Amino acid sequence: MTTRTQPSVREVGVDDAVRLAREGYTILDVREKAEWDDGHIAGARHVPLGELAQRAGEVLPDLDTPILVHCLSGARSARAAGWLAQAGYGDVVNLRAHLGEWRARGGPWEEPPPVLSEEQRRRYARQILIPELGMEGQRRLLDAKVLLIGAGGLGSPAAMYLAASGVGTIGLVDDDVVELSNLQRQILHTTDRIGVPKTESARQSINALNPDTNVVQHGERLSDENVERLIEPYDIVVDGTDNFDTRYVLNDAAVKLRKPVVHGSIYRWDGHVTTFVPFEGPCYRCMHPTQPPPELAPACSVAGVLGVLPGIVGLLQANEVFKLALGVGEPLVGRLLMFDAMGTRFDEVRVWRDPGCPACGEGAQL
Amino acid sequence: MSRVRIPPVLRESVDGARELTASGETVQQVLDDLFGRYPALQERLTEDGSLSRFVNIYVNDRDVRFREGLGTPVAEDDTVILLPAMAGG
Repeated sequence: MTTRTQPSVREVGVDDAVRLAREGYTILDVREKAEWDDGHIAGARHVPLGELAQRAGEVLPDLDTPILVHCLSGARSARAAGWLAQAGYGDVVNLRAHLGEWRARGGPWEEPPPVLSEEQRRRYARQILIPELGMEGQRRLLDAKVLLIGAGGLGSPAAMYLAASGVGTIGLVDDDVVELSNLQRQILHTTDRIGVPKTESARQSINALNPDTNVVQHGERLSDENVERLIEPYDIVVDGTDNFDTRYVLNDAAVKLRKPVVHGSIYRWDGHVTTFVPFEGPCYRCMHPTQPPPELAPACSVAGVLGVLPGIVGLLQANEVFKLALGVGEPLVGRLLMFDAMGTRFDEVRVWRDPGCPACGEGAQL
Repeated sequence: MSRVRIPPVLRESVDGARELTASGETVQQVLDDLFGRYPALQERLTEDGSLSRFVNIYVNDRDVRFREGLGTPVAEDDTVILLPAMAGG
């Protein structure tokens, strides 16, 4: 059925439209982007109605091109068709029918792969409900690559919750094997995996929780030699190391490669958390230009550590990772959060960029 | 009197105290007051008479390195935080 609304714009139903498409008419979809993203006629070009006047010349450079315009029901496209005809396009046809009818009659159709699979929608349902996440935010988490330096006290809770929440790729740097004395706090590992490399033990726990998590094992100790190679493929680094040398090595490479580092450190009942985003805020050397003598900075293996402390601090680090990955909220950039488990107290001090910092200051040497 | 928070690694030097009160109108005077009472703390925190660089000092939430150093004023109700880096993980 063909009717004429204006001298140069025909309106057709679905059967004619399918035929015109087959004859080589260029199909122009004038719906909004979100509608287009949900699925569209295969091979169609897309310009939202509101942008047509600006972009018609770019998308349809030849006025002699025969054009079949459509939207969802034919109303917006009627306006588009009228405008195109006035603009000089010689053969403009409007599809006056619902797109559902086009699909029902077997008109060519394509849908982009869904942002999330059906199973992912169910697994992350409680998170998708959060306005700041939604499907798009969940997709960002699934696409995120996070490297954990250390699969021990801080790395354990961070890895488990990051994996549970759908962070798609988790790299683990650790060259230790699981020991009995780790298990009081390192919940990635289990008694029957004593003697197993920590990265492998961690992979088993992570994939038992979330089989979709891509766990990348780096069974090596972070050093000057390997640090850049290790952190380069990742978006965010979580520092859960246990010594100053490694922290400085990581810092300098992260500043150089502009990788954000979420810092956590613990001692008995006390924990520190902060987030270093190179050149947006201070780095580790701005905060601690000099490391204390060994007697004032003993490792957990010497000084002891409360079991829940790395749990709390590691999860605060995971919380920072979420915000960085999603680009929401206020990460601890330029703020050092101090947790005192004995007093159940949180305090915060400000951390400034040091203009004389050897890593990120003016004229940095490193 | 201002309050001074003592980090865990330094508590042994001040008879286990988590927090002390101290008199003084500048960071230097507050430290001198503490060092007079706790020589072990002075031994921990100074080298050849001057404060070691590894300890950060905050008045309230501000690092004195970015204010007036040891001359940074300390008011009656201020909180002074002594903070060496922690390494553990």
